[in-house]
Amino acid sequence: MTWFGKTPSPADLAAGDEKAEALLRRTWSTPAGVLAALSTVDHKIIGRRYIATAFVFLMLGGVLALAMRLQLAFPEARFISADRYNQIFTVHGSNMMFLFAVPVMEAMAVYLVPLMVGTRNIAFPRLNAFSYWIFLAGGLLLWTSLALDTAPDVGWFAYVPLAGPQYGPGKRADIWAQMITFTEVSALAVAVEIVVTVFKLRAPGMSLDRIPIFVWSMLVTAFLVIMAMPAIMLASSSLILDRLVGTQFFNPSEGGDALLWQHLFWFFGHPEVYIIFLPAVGMVSAMISTFTQRPTFGYLPLVLAMIATGVLAFGLWVHHMFVAGLPRVGSSFFTASSMAIAIPAGTQIFCWLATLWDGRPIFKTPMLFIIGFLITFVIGGLTGVMVASVPFDTQVHDTYFVVAHFHYVLIGGSVFPLIGAIYYWFPKMTGRMMSERLGRWAFGLIFTGFHLTFFPMHMLGLQGMPRRVYTYPPELPWAGLNLFVSLSAVILAAGFLVFFIDVLRSVRHGPPAGPNPWNASTLEWAMPSPPPPYNFRHIPVVESLEPLWTSGEALPVATGLRLDRRELVVSSVTAGEPEARESSPADSIWPFLAAIATSIMLIASIFSPWAVVWGAIPVAITLTGWFWPKQTPEDES
Amino acid sequence: MKIAPACVLLLSGCAGAQSALDADGPSALAIENLIFLFLAVCGVAFVLVMGVMTWALVRGRNEPAGRPQTERSMGRVVAGAVVATFLVITFLTAASFYATPSLDRGKADPPTILVRGQQWWWQFSYLDADPAKTFQTANELHIPVGTDVRLRLEASDVIHSFWVPNLTGKQDLVPGRENVLTLNAAKPGVYRGQCAEFCGLQHSHMALLVIAEEPADYARWLDVQRGLATAPTDGEAAAGKLVFMSKPCAACHTIRGTEAVGTTGPDLTHIGSRSTIGAGLLDNTRGSISAWIADPQTLKPGNNMPLVPVTSEELRQLSAYMKGLQ
Ligand code: HEM
Ligand SMILES: [Cu+2]
Repeated sequence: MTWFGKTPSPADLAAGDEKAEALLRRTWSTPAGVLAALSTVDHKIIGRRYIATAFVFLMLGGVLALAMRLQLAFPEARFISADRYNQIFTVHGSNMMFLFAVPVMEAMAVYLVPLMVGTRNIAFPRLNAFSYWIFLAGGLLLWTSLALDTAPDVGWFAYVPLAGPQYGPGKRADIWAQMITFTEVSALAVAVEIVVTVFKLRAPGMSLDRIPIFVWSMLVTAFLVIMAMPAIMLASSSLILDRLVGTQFFNPSEGGDALLWQHLFWFFGHPEVYIIFLPAVGMVSAMISTFTQRPTFGYLPLVLAMIATGVLAFGLWVHHMFVAGLPRVGSSFFTASSMAIAIPAGTQIFCWLATLWDGRPIFKTPMLFIIGFLITFVIGGLTGVMVASVPFDTQVHDTYFVVAHFHYVLIGGSVFPLIGAIYYWFPKMTGRMMSERLGRWAFGLIFTGFHLTFFPMHMLGLQGMPRRVYTYPPELPWAGLNLFVSLSAVILAAGFLVFFIDVLRSVRHGPPAGPNPWNASTLEWAMPSPPPPYNFRHIPVVESLEPLWTSGEALPVATGLRLDRRELVVSSVTAGEPEARESSPADSIWPFLAAIATSIMLIASIFSPWAVVWGAIPVAITLTGWFWPKQTPEDES
Repeated sequence: MKIAPACVLLLSGCAGAQSALDADGPSALAIENLIFLFLAVCGVAFVLVMGVMTWALVRGRNEPAGRPQTERSMGRVVAGAVVATFLVITFLTAASFYATPSLDRGKADPPTILVRGQQWWWQFSYLDADPAKTFQTANELHIPVGTDVRLRLEASDVIHSFWVPNLTGKQDLVPGRENVLTLNAAKPGVYRGQCAEFCGLQHSHMALLVIAEEPADYARWLDVQRGLATAPTDGEAAAGKLVFMSKPCAACHTIRGTEAVGTTGPDLTHIGSRSTIGAGLLDNTRGSISAWIADPQTLKPGNNMPLVPVTSEELRQLSAYMKGLQ
């Protein structure tokens, strides 16, 4: 193939370069205007939008957390009614899991993966646009229902029969189930895009052993999404059928089974935790390498540990059901497999410690969050080993011990790395640096506030305080710790506030960043910050795992892609050898319209099963518009 | 035994109330030991990892960059740490398996009590081969000290979870299936428990008391409970009985020996002898009984007892009658 060469042709680089670049920019850019903003398929614009939206949901979910802590600050407080409280904790949990944690990780991937593998756009960019709009619609559905006082009130795992038609009247549980459908669709779409991007759009020379660890983590995550989501789809669809058309999947008096729900839910729900955690593993590995200025120790063990975590994740869902009355022998198996996950987790930790040991740590804000992550996640992991034991679990299941445990894992294991990652990649996303001073304040407040808030919850749980209670009697010895926890939550919230202020301030006023402010090694730093619409002026050729460290500023490049059309290099799955040129779709309003049509159909189906029939018509029309054959380059010539 | 729960809890000490770390039965004790073992092992692991981390950070700060450190020696250390993790995990798994049988004690055929979880109260049926000796009570479970008691757990509506942490770990009550749990109290006392699985609006107010008594006391209690309640004789209480029977109360509640045979609400045959009402909501006094009847929905919003309109006169009579049902 003539269009590929390791050395750029002089004609391409020299005199024509300015012109060529202008042409590239015109080809790939998103014009100004509302319509163009709704039509864009640029992974960077969508990624930023996705991340920002997820953080808005984090903030809203945090407000709900504060509301819960207000109500629980005093025994028998009456700030919030039982009904409201139940809606609030359900929306808090569902929002944090489905609208913040999973989407934000996928959104980071949408932004970063194409840059890191050295391509100009994500695979299936229109699907990418669609998935963002669908996610937004799902979020609006949930939050509107809370504003209207009809939010789900059955917990984020929505156990039947409480969520079933007999005991969950009204539309609340339907809203929950349909919100799940929205997030499933969008998460699955992104997962497929990531898998294809990583497998087929890698820069020439990026063989499997030169894929950045963050990209590996997102690849494993995407596979987890693809394998776990069908279970929850089955569950939520069956629930909707039970509720709307009178099937009896979960009704024991009609031959259904209440535990079936739990199996389906947790077959998805446990991997879900790793869907949130594995991207954080990737982020930590990327940052730890940059802030010690040495390659992350143990590339192969880290990748294998992530894959092992992904595989094991599907073998331990039953540990959420240890007190449901399943046979003990089975439970023993799931104890062993749950404990076994400590081994890949330990491997990861030891590799990071080895990197720290060998490198020279640079204590910038992202590094602080990594240290906070290591401390917190180790505690969360150890309490995880505890709840994996059946006898131990029979005492702490559904108590505040578990609330403490999973916040240690979720906030410590994912949100800390994520905030570090925002500090780290912010320059690449906006072209500006965030404030180091505010960053230290944010870290100090978040870290202290977090531990003061959640550590005492372990004790509350061992002292017998169940979770999901809107109040508790003054006779029990829980009042003191609860007040302490509630006050500490304010410190935690203040930390997040500082972080948000820093973000908002820095978007406009942060100092300009330059292409590679941290002297990092991976491809996303090989271009100006923020990246131009076409990402790479020339598709880079990768010759090592740390291209920017080994090749310096002058990366070898591949040429030959057309400048006047959106073209990508398609490469082979394992070796990353270039195979073909592929055109990448132009901007289009149809994904946005299709998302609106789909949302209307899904929301209306809550009120009548017929909405599925009639609603399918606009969906079909918009999809036709979306996929209507366009002129291809071959037609022109 | 007619002590208000608040006093009981005060007497049993601060750490004691409803705590997994204050075991009073063999099963809870085995778990408590396991908890401390896990806490100790994990505590040591935490300190070790944090020590290494701190050392690595300090060392890197103080020493010049580019220290020689071969990948191989590092690899050996990491591999060693992974092996150590594996060994610790294996040990903890074995300890956990070792403690598991303590959950399923009592393979013989101990006395069996049927526990039914309802939104939001507990029904206890003391089964007996002789149907005449079978009776029901609510929210307060009496058991004899020092022997295994078999609980058969069922749920009427949604999933609940039976949990009295001082005595043993929890077990769910799942509609459509029957689970079992063995209770064993080592010494007499009143133990508070609480539904542990979110079961709807008033999940927070679904508590219960387990009253463990010496076998002789227990036998006496059984005798009293099997019998009908002492018929209240004085005028106020007798009038209260008439009110009870003429209002919708009787449609939902049972008082054995009367025409009240409703099953929607708790059996009230010996309500006067229980120490709380509303599944642990209020101490059982005439005042709180009146308050409950006058306005059940404000006290425990959403519960399944409707407001039955009564005059204040009738309220006094009803509370006298209820309290008299010993
Ligand atoms: C801002 C800091 C946060 C605080 C103070 C907080 C506090 C709480 C509290 C008090 C509960 C209710 C426990 C109960 O009643 O059982 C809860 C539940 C929960 N939280 Fe958080 N939380 C925070 C952040 C997060 C984050 C970042 C996530 C996920 C990434 C998260 C996920 C959950 C989940 C899944 C539940 C369970 C909801 C349910 O029981 O249905 N939380 N949180
Ligand atoms: Cu319950």
